[in-house]
Amino acid sequence: MRPFLIAAGLTLATQAMAQTPVLTVYTYDSFVSDWGPGPAVEAAFEAECGCDLRFVAAGDGAALLARLELEGATTDADVVLGLDTNLTGRAAATGLFAPHGLTPALDLPIGWDDPLFLPFDWGHFAFVYDSTKLADPPGSFAALAASDISILIQDPRSSTPGLGLLMWVKAAEGADAAAMWEALADNIVTVTPGWSEAYGMFLEGEADMVLSYTSSPAYHRIAEGDDTKAYAAFAEGHYLQVEVAGKLAATDAPELADAFLAFMLSDGFQAVIPETNWMFPAVTPAGGLPEGFGDPVPAERTLYLPPEEAAAVRDAALAEWRDALAR
Amino acid sequence: MLELDAVRIEQDGFRLAADLAVPRGALVAVIGPSGAGKSTLLGAIAGFVPVADGRILWDGRDIGALAPGARPLSILFQDQNLFPHLTLAENVGLGLHPGLRLTGSDRAQVAEALARTGLSALAGRRPGQVSGGEQGRAALARLLLRRRPLWLLDEPFAALGPALKAEMLDLCAGIAAETGATVLMVSHDPADARRFAPETILVAGGRAEPPRPTAALLADPPPALADYLGQ
Amino acid sequence: MARRAGTLNLAAGAAAAGVGLLTLVPLAAVAWRAGGLPAPGPADWAVLRFTLWQAVLSATLSAGLAVPVARALARRRFAGRGLIITLLGAPFLLPVIVAVLGLVAIFGRAGLMNAGLSALGLPTVSVYGLGGVVLAHVFLNLPLATRLILQGWLSIPSERFRLAESLGMGPAEVRRFLEAPMLAAVMPGAWLAIFLVCLTSFAVALVLGGGPGATTLEVAIYQAFRFEFDLGRAAALALMQAALCLAAVTVAGRAASRPGPGAGLDRAGARVPAGGIWRRAVDTLAIGLATAFLLAPLAAVVVSGLPNVAGLPPAVWAAAGRSLAMALAATGLALALALPLALAAARAEGRGTGWGAIAMLPLAVSPMVVGTGLFLLLRGLAPPAVLALPVTVAVNAAMALPFAFHALLPAARALTADYGRLADSLGMAGLARLRLLTLPRLRRPLGFSAGIAAAFAMGDLGVVALFGDPDRATLPLQLYRLMGAYRMEAAAGAAVLLMALTLGLFWIFDRGGRADA
Repeated sequence: MRPFLIAAGLTLATQAMAQTPVLTVYTYDSFVSDWGPGPAVEAAFEAECGCDLRFVAAGDGAALLARLELEGATTDADVVLGLDTNLTGRAAATGLFAPHGLTPALDLPIGWDDPLFLPFDWGHFAFVYDSTKLADPPGSFAALAASDISILIQDPRSSTPGLGLLMWVKAAEGADAAAMWEALADNIVTVTPGWSEAYGMFLEGEADMVLSYTSSPAYHRIAEGDDTKAYAAFAEGHYLQVEVAGKLAATDAPELADAFLAFMLSDGFQAVIPETNWMFPAVTPAGGLPEGFGDPVPAERTLYLPPEEAAAVRDAALAEWRDALAR
Repeated sequence: MLELDAVRIEQDGFRLAADLAVPRGALVAVIGPSGAGKSTLLGAIAGFVPVADGRILWDGRDIGALAPGARPLSILFQDQNLFPHLTLAENVGLGLHPGLRLTGSDRAQVAEALARTGLSALAGRRPGQVSGGEQGRAALARLLLRRRPLWLLDEPFAALGPALKAEMLDLCAGIAAETGATVLMVSHDPADARRFAPETILVAGGRAEPPRPTAALLADPPPALADYLGQ
Repeated sequence: MARRAGTLNLAAGAAAAGVGLLTLVPLAAVAWRAGGLPAPGPADWAVLRFTLWQAVLSATLSAGLAVPVARALARRRFAGRGLIITLLGAPFLLPVIVAVLGLVAIFGRAGLMNAGLSALGLPTVSVYGLGGVVLAHVFLNLPLATRLILQGWLSIPSERFRLAESLGMGPAEVRRFLEAPMLAAVMPGAWLAIFLVCLTSFAVALVLGGGPGATTLEVAIYQAFRFEFDLGRAAALALMQAALCLAAVTVAGRAASRPGPGAGLDRAGARVPAGGIWRRAVDTLAIGLATAFLLAPLAAVVVSGLPNVAGLPPAVWAAAGRSLAMALAATGLALALALPLALAAARAEGRGTGWGAIAMLPLAVSPMVVGTGLFLLLRGLAPPAVLALPVTVAVNAAMALPFAFHALLPAARALTADYGRLADSLGMAGLARLRLLTLPRLRRPLGFSAGIAAAFAMGDLGVVALFGDPDRATLPLQLYRLMGAYRMEAAAGAAVLLMALTLGLFWIFDRGGRADA
């Protein structure tokens, strides 16, 4: 009698769950943290989809892609959210993603025609400094290298901004990238494994500048009322990071996945981004950007290597970086 | 009866052969030069030293394959006969149950054994808090409770003074006689052997001889024993 | 003899199998998935050289410097000694990121030390580079070495010191006849443990290494996995790491298999003789310097974080509770693995390096590769998010095993040597032996081991990042999340909370050990 009841109970529970369709979205950890966009996005989407949105978090963008590659076609993911344009080349090559089929109007500094991935936010890498301590920030890599200004950077092998800087120098300097790294070597205090360590050390005064985003000062202005942080505008331009999402070809909920991607570019998602992810939304929400968020780097000062090109130069750029900095 | 049937012990170049029998209830001294293998012989009987060849029998039953705790014997070492973190009563109680799961009547027996060895007042003390003689008595009390028919004493009282040692040996002999135990006692001191053991096993030259009357052996020692005794 | 060893070997065998499942099996799973292992290239050999060099340097310095500190703590009795012994353990038990930020606050470019130097008109010093890596490793591991060596000192029965005193032995003779043999038995194990910790160093090497010149094997594994997604290379590098570890275990294990100091009767009273004024001065200096070196960075962490503790969001407190529960579970598991292995190693004296090598395995294999391998192995069995917590507990327990094992081994050896035959002769076996003999006799190192295991488990190692259970974050993960969300002040508060909980757990478990330490 009792086993039967339990079995019946389980069946009922399974049916109850089956009635609410589930959308599984793989993303990076900080997206789903209490201070990230995740909680608000989940509430807003579930209110309109009549579904259960489940986030699965895996480290950062690179760890996310690694997990996906480990799982292959058997992955539970319906949507992957949080890859960037330095990873989309490799992600596309897995053959796991399906075309999104959308042609939305985007507020991006570059044109967008990727059939597999849709952007949800973007930002430019920049060196952030404290204007009360550094009166005369450098205006270019060359000026930085010529100065005795100290910087904290991240390791491209373990960190997204670190890889971004690698691409930034490559895009700005091309064949002279190796020489630029050699010139920068004596400005670099240390290379940290992730963004958090470097940014934390910068706030403790360990270096004059830290590699971060042009939108970083906005956090201090808006959340802390602190006007002292700014970024150094570089004459050669700033490298663009675009964060994207894509639908898995093997998803068992294709309509929900499509609905989520469409929702991702609506206000319910986009309005949350500036003050949680501290990036520029891919579609500026109806209410505009928050007061004090600042203006983005103009399109003409945007440096960007498309995914195929980024993938092609990556290994050589890493070797240049390593040779120049390995003392 | 304890029988060592063509036993051979080999350890790192050391060899000892024994082919002897000890009748039930006998009190036997084991003497011989230092390093001749007295402790090794007891260790082999107790199951701590592997036997290369031969059989060890108790009442005709081969006990060579039994674990030390399962053999029909109790052994007292030169030292470390008590656990320092347990009280004397607990140490003695281990003789009744190796897991100290004692019933009311077990506890009464422990109290009785402690009384018999004059330790009633010290039951709650730990070994570090009592004298060497008292530690020896506690070990004897445990021996008493274990009720194994064969006792192997590897000079457990060597560290005690002559008077105290004599007292211990007497106590031991008394309890052995009461319980009908067979005792093998290693000794350095011929006086101990004379006092305690009517018969003696001589261990010398790689051999453990069959027991002989102690008085006769000491009166007319073979050369190896004579050298050892300084005669 | 064979009988009793049977149950023990069964338990030790089960523990060994458990360790294998958490280390070598995942490694094999990654290699299998990769379809083979590429041969290491010249760059890999350079990484290997740096890894070895910094680990040798760090272990030698940490173990060497720990001797005077441990001796001073063994000799001196003063108010607050117990507190200092506990606090000295703190750096080792801290999450690396917290420790590194504390170090930077003292020794960094803008740190107190350089502020002091420039105030005196002296040139400032940069920590970044090999020096920084070694400084950080000494900071993190000096406490472990001190504790292991202090345990060695305390394991010399007071009877021996009394005997030495009665023989009119001076400090030089005591050193030669009592302390040198003890050190010879204890030091290889302490050195080895630190060497292995430094071998798999990751965050310290990256933050304080100053750049890619300070690339350790673990960093290279990270690169292979994340940057190149070359599982074969990651597995090959991890295998290299494991081979290094096993070689070190064999060498150090041979050096360490010496007899212990023998049994005493647990008498209270005279311990290590105190010596004269000169010795007193040396000891005061050793304790003072070690305390300043180890506690200043911690003080920096506390000063910057304490004001933010009260205002921490509820999610952080919830994570703290979760981490506590996981730490307790991991502690039980770690002891269940360590005790049978230590007893088996003690019993198999001389031939015991096999058990020792197994106990050291968790330090030898790359956390990154273990995490990946476990993910590959387990994802077919249950949804990874469901497994995140149990796997974290198991992996943390395994990571604590080498330290628990090493803390237990000397005492297990002494136990076997002194009371093994007595217990055997009384037929004490199985649980009764555990309850009446093993647990009470090993109370001190067991408490210490439990403390270390609990503290380890509080500092999440991120091995399970791939499993991703977003709704049940641990405290260290919340700390990272706060940092990642620009909330550095709240993160500093969480760091203080984490430190307090870690030390609290360690203190509670270790109390048994400190009762007569």
